[in-house]
Amino acid sequence: MSNDQFKLNIDGRDIDVPRHYTLMQACEAAGAEIPRFCYHERLSVAGNCRMCLVEWQGAPKPIASCAQTVGEMRPNPDGTAPVIRTQGDYVEKARSGVMEFLLINHPLDCPICDQGGECDLQDQAVAYGRSGSRYDLNKRAVEDKNMGPLVKTIMTRCIQCTRCVRFAAEVAGVEELGMISRGESAEITTYLEHSLTSELSGNVIDLCPVGALTSKPYAYNARPWELRKTTSIDVMDAMGSAIRVDAKGNAVMRILPTVNEEVNEEWLSDKSRFVWDGLARQRLDTPYVRRDGRLSPASWGEAFVAVKDALSGRPEAIGFIAGDLVEVEQAKAGLDLARRLAVQNTDCRPAGAAYGVDGPREQYLLNSSFMAVEEADALILIGCNPRQDAAVWNARIRKAWLWNDLKVHLIGDPVDLTYDYDHLGTGPEGLAALDTLSGASRPMIVVGEDVLLRPDGQAILAAAHAAALNIGAIQDGWAGFGVLHNAAGRVGALDVGFVPGPGGLDTAGMLSGKLDTLVLMGGDELDLSGLGTTKVIYIGHHGDAGAARADIILPCAAYTEMSATYVNTEGRVQMTRAAVEPKGEAREGWAIFRAMSDSLGHTLPYDTADALREGLRAERPHFAGLGFAPAEAGVEALRAPMAGTGTPDLAVPFGARRGDFYLTNPIARASKTMAECSLQHRGLETAVAAE
Amino acid sequence: MALRRFDLEAGGTDFSFAPETEDKIAFWLGKYPSEKKRSAVIPLLWLAQKDNAGWLSEPAMRAVADRLEMPYIRVYEVATFYTMFRLRPVGRHHIQLCGTTPCMLRGAHDLKEVCRDRIGEPFAITDDARLSWEEVECLGACVNAPMVQINDYYYEDLTPERFASVLDQLRNGVDVAPGTFVDRQRSAPLGGATSLLDAGLFDGSRLAQAHLPNLPEPVTDTAQPAAPARTTLIDVQPGPPPERVETASERVDDLRKIKGIGPKAVTQLQALGIYQFAQIAAWSPADVSRIEAALSGAGRVGREDWIAQARLLVQANKEA
Repeated sequence: MSNDQFKLNIDGRDIDVPRHYTLMQACEAAGAEIPRFCYHERLSVAGNCRMCLVEWQGAPKPIASCAQTVGEMRPNPDGTAPVIRTQGDYVEKARSGVMEFLLINHPLDCPICDQGGECDLQDQAVAYGRSGSRYDLNKRAVEDKNMGPLVKTIMTRCIQCTRCVRFAAEVAGVEELGMISRGESAEITTYLEHSLTSELSGNVIDLCPVGALTSKPYAYNARPWELRKTTSIDVMDAMGSAIRVDAKGNAVMRILPTVNEEVNEEWLSDKSRFVWDGLARQRLDTPYVRRDGRLSPASWGEAFVAVKDALSGRPEAIGFIAGDLVEVEQAKAGLDLARRLAVQNTDCRPAGAAYGVDGPREQYLLNSSFMAVEEADALILIGCNPRQDAAVWNARIRKAWLWNDLKVHLIGDPVDLTYDYDHLGTGPEGLAALDTLSGASRPMIVVGEDVLLRPDGQAILAAAHAAALNIGAIQDGWAGFGVLHNAAGRVGALDVGFVPGPGGLDTAGMLSGKLDTLVLMGGDELDLSGLGTTKVIYIGHHGDAGAARADIILPCAAYTEMSATYVNTEGRVQMTRAAVEPKGEAREGWAIFRAMSDSLGHTLPYDTADALREGLRAERPHFAGLGFAPAEAGVEALRAPMAGTGTPDLAVPFGARRGDFYLTNPIARASKTMAECSLQHRGLETAVAAE
Repeated sequence: MALRRFDLEAGGTDFSFAPETEDKIAFWLGKYPSEKKRSAVIPLLWLAQKDNAGWLSEPAMRAVADRLEMPYIRVYEVATFYTMFRLRPVGRHHIQLCGTTPCMLRGAHDLKEVCRDRIGEPFAITDDARLSWEEVECLGACVNAPMVQINDYYYEDLTPERFASVLDQLRNGVDVAPGTFVDRQRSAPLGGATSLLDAGLFDGSRLAQAHLPNLPEPVTDTAQPAAPARTTLIDVQPGPPPERVETASERVDDLRKIKGIGPKAVTQLQALGIYQFAQIAAWSPADVSRIEAALSGAGRVGREDWIAQARLLVQANKEA
């Protein structure tokens, strides 16, 4: 037995576990099931619910196994391993006693409680509790608290496990939740009932083991057993968090995170979690064609006639733009069609971007994985705000900062990132300070996508890349240089080569009104005001800016309605799965292009999405590696110097993140919940600014 | 315990510490490293309460949080946890009436009635804003039960009549001296001492040989004048006396630097001729057992590792 192992006898079985294990982990390693409320493996140990009691032979009292470190246990007097029992009368009596106390003040309102059916307290009361109550005095009641538009509170149900308090303080990094008063009067609240300001606040709903904190938008909508659960991938940011889409009939009822240790652990940002009501509003469910200045519903056939008319002009006067949410299949089909029509004006990047046209894909990926930040000892953020662009990753950065002594440096707008950082400057002049950071052994440099949209974006990227080579961010086994994107579709579209062909116009060029026809795949965030007389064929799922400007609208499926490929900012290829049917006449994006190609006489060579993907994998093998992030595999490609033109413009600071965190895409803009969040958030910002 | 919430209306929007409080704040902050200054939250809340007419308003709490760079919620948790922080306005004289068992047995209920009669319900403030009261748990003056605390002082051995008169005086702007209200010195018995009255107890005349019944009779050497017998539970083996070392006074080391050696052991060691670290460093096992016997502490030298400590100190002295 090595020195860092500890021998235990659990339920008659000898087991060796690492000394730093808690007794609860040891019991689970031995196959025992330990009930718990306050313990959560990603939060600090509180030890206040007492549900995890086990028997330690010889100890005078039952032991709270979550708070007992194995290495600190004494052996028996005769030197044998401590004997633990997780079953038997003693333990059962202890647990049923704890359960009885927990239930004393817990209301018996399970029939009207949204947690019903997925409630830890309910489940454990069945498993460990008494069959009836012996308590016939008055129960206490607690006032409900306002925590903002996302979290509904019924505080009488609270059992004071403090998971939410610990989450806010430790993971989210906003100390806004607390337990006030004491004893019977103890209550969980925000400070004077201010709303939570964290963009991760929805996670307290998952953490709450009872029905005290539930989802406000989902309130009274469905029971968990009625829901059809589909695991999928989120597209609200470029992280590709693992989600579970719960649907009833053809409606998405809620979105929950699932565990993906490499991406989102088990957290989810509020935008990803609560955007689902936007999937039912402002939807395009039938093709539209503009006749006499008004958009009127049309059949697919009529629409394709109009499309054929619009796309039969000179190829130089036709353009294709892929927006932020476009899936790989649609981008691929759109690009293939464009090239068959001899159109070189294709772009998937926002106006102003010059990156990603040539060179290896490592030049626009994050390269280092999200997880790698936990191994890094320095993180340099250049013009990027991970709290907005990758809120869940920001929590991981905070974790690394909190526990691993990660040093964070920021060049850009000095925003509150929930951790301390060393502010090296607000603009490109801060890049000069990078060379002084050579002390780190595993530094990581992350450039925000917004930086690349500046006229000097390539120069800054090249300068940052040179600094990365210089300070050792790119070394064997460590690819610590990359770009943090904020749009789910961008990397996938770049991967299929959705950039201007030889002599083709880029996004800014296409939007300047030079074209006769523009095929707009999403792209509602673009400034369409300069289009002039350009005819717009809009392919999208929401009636947003693009649809308003469109002359022909072809409705496509949203991310919950199709099985589609997305590539996250790490370069990780992942697939969503269809949880519900597309709305009305809407079709999957690639299928629209396939049908369009047929009507244009340039039939694309695939009849199914699988055939499309197969072709894609043959063309670009990395699409075969589902779920795989290249990370340090990209080191060699990163070593090549980056071609930067011009010099960084020192006079222009990196701007604040454009747009509103809650309203970055058409689905979010259609969501009432997101609108409320945005309103509240802006109200907050005004209040702070006024101080 | 009722719900404790800030009286936001009465608290207004502003609070600032009194200028003379700054010294006290500096004192408390000085006790903790600057990165752990939140340790001073309770004293600072207390000072804020004192500067805010005896209660803690929300702006006052925020002032404390800002000083300590703590999130408001964390300070709020502390302020609501401890009932000594009053979150609602109180009268100029706030009465904390002890209702715990000894006081209750000695008539705290009657005092409560007086409060109800003269002031009203707990936390009600009289119209002239002079008085308010609350019931608290034990204030640790059970000998003088029943008692109340008015602002910072104890008023003890009360009866309803005496208490009522105290309240009336305070209400009329007359200060009342704190302390007991009966004929006694602090917590001493009523009317003076009842035991330990013999003056001989205190003049040293009773210093005599203590005789513990179960100890063996001391062997008295008739040739020597009888010395007062030492009563010790450890069998002392009188060994050969240690070599006496004559030392100049400036060569006396501060033996207390050795962990385990206190002032008493220093005296004993010096009586045995041990003045310097070097001597301890040079002890043989025989020396150790002899010294331990003399110090009545078997195994102490080894357990506390005096010799190794002494060697280090010798080294340190040389280097210095």
